[in-house]
Amino acid sequence: MRHVDIYHAIADRTRRAILDELVDRSGQSLFEICGRLIMKHGINSSRQAISQHLDVLEAAGLIRTRREGRSKLHWFVGAPLKAIGQRWPVSTDEDTSHSTEEDIEK
Amino acid sequence: MRINLSGVAVDDQQKALRFYTETLGFRVKHNIPLGEHSWITVVSEEAPEGTELVLEPAAHPAIGPYRKALVEDGIPFTSFAVDDVGAEHERLVAKGVRFVQPPTDLGTVITAVFDDTCGNLIQIMEEKAQA
Repeated sequence: MRHVDIYHAIADRTRRAILDELVDRSGQSLFEICGRLIMKHGINSSRQAISQHLDVLEAAGLIRTRREGRSKLHWFVGAPLKAIGQRWPVSTDEDTSHSTEEDIEK
Repeated sequence: MRINLSGVAVDDQQKALRFYTETLGFRVKHNIPLGEHSWITVVSEEAPEGTELVLEPAAHPAIGPYRKALVEDGIPFTSFAVDDVGAEHERLVAKGVRFVQPPTDLGTVITAVFDDTCGNLIQIMEEKAQA
């Protein structure tokens, strides 16, 4: 499988929303992920487009998939994100009030 | 024109009849032997004169790959309306039904998805009262 770096993987609002939803509940099908994106985020991309986003996230190591019964389910894996904090450590006395809301690029 | 029938393709009609009546609680409306298969329909106890659900044999070779692809992506074959998804989930889990998606609040609706043991995923949906 091709490798995708995590910066590319999380540089997209839809992919971040997918990770948010998988943190909310682990082990979701493509159908459930698409439903949550439409109903909770107003993201109405096609199933095929969401499937491609999932491929990118999987290639970056941020999700893994497993078969349960005959369904393919998706899990969030946070470990690759540690590299960000290691590269740019946050000291404890820093002002952390800066907003990380997603309005920046909307 | 009226919609009187809806259908679900099932691996085994007799097994499906048991699941859709004994487990889900629908009532048999028609059960007519037609050669190798039967014409079987069930209705809701809440609407016995309403739309009938046909338990169709999944015999056509195209149905296998079609249903396999739906199940792989977690896509339900059809959806039923319930008043309380949480209560239905609890009732069905107690009867041994396997849910691939537990009750999930999607804003205007609450949904859940279970395995009908006959080759399909089925969604149940509750429309939330408007605040």
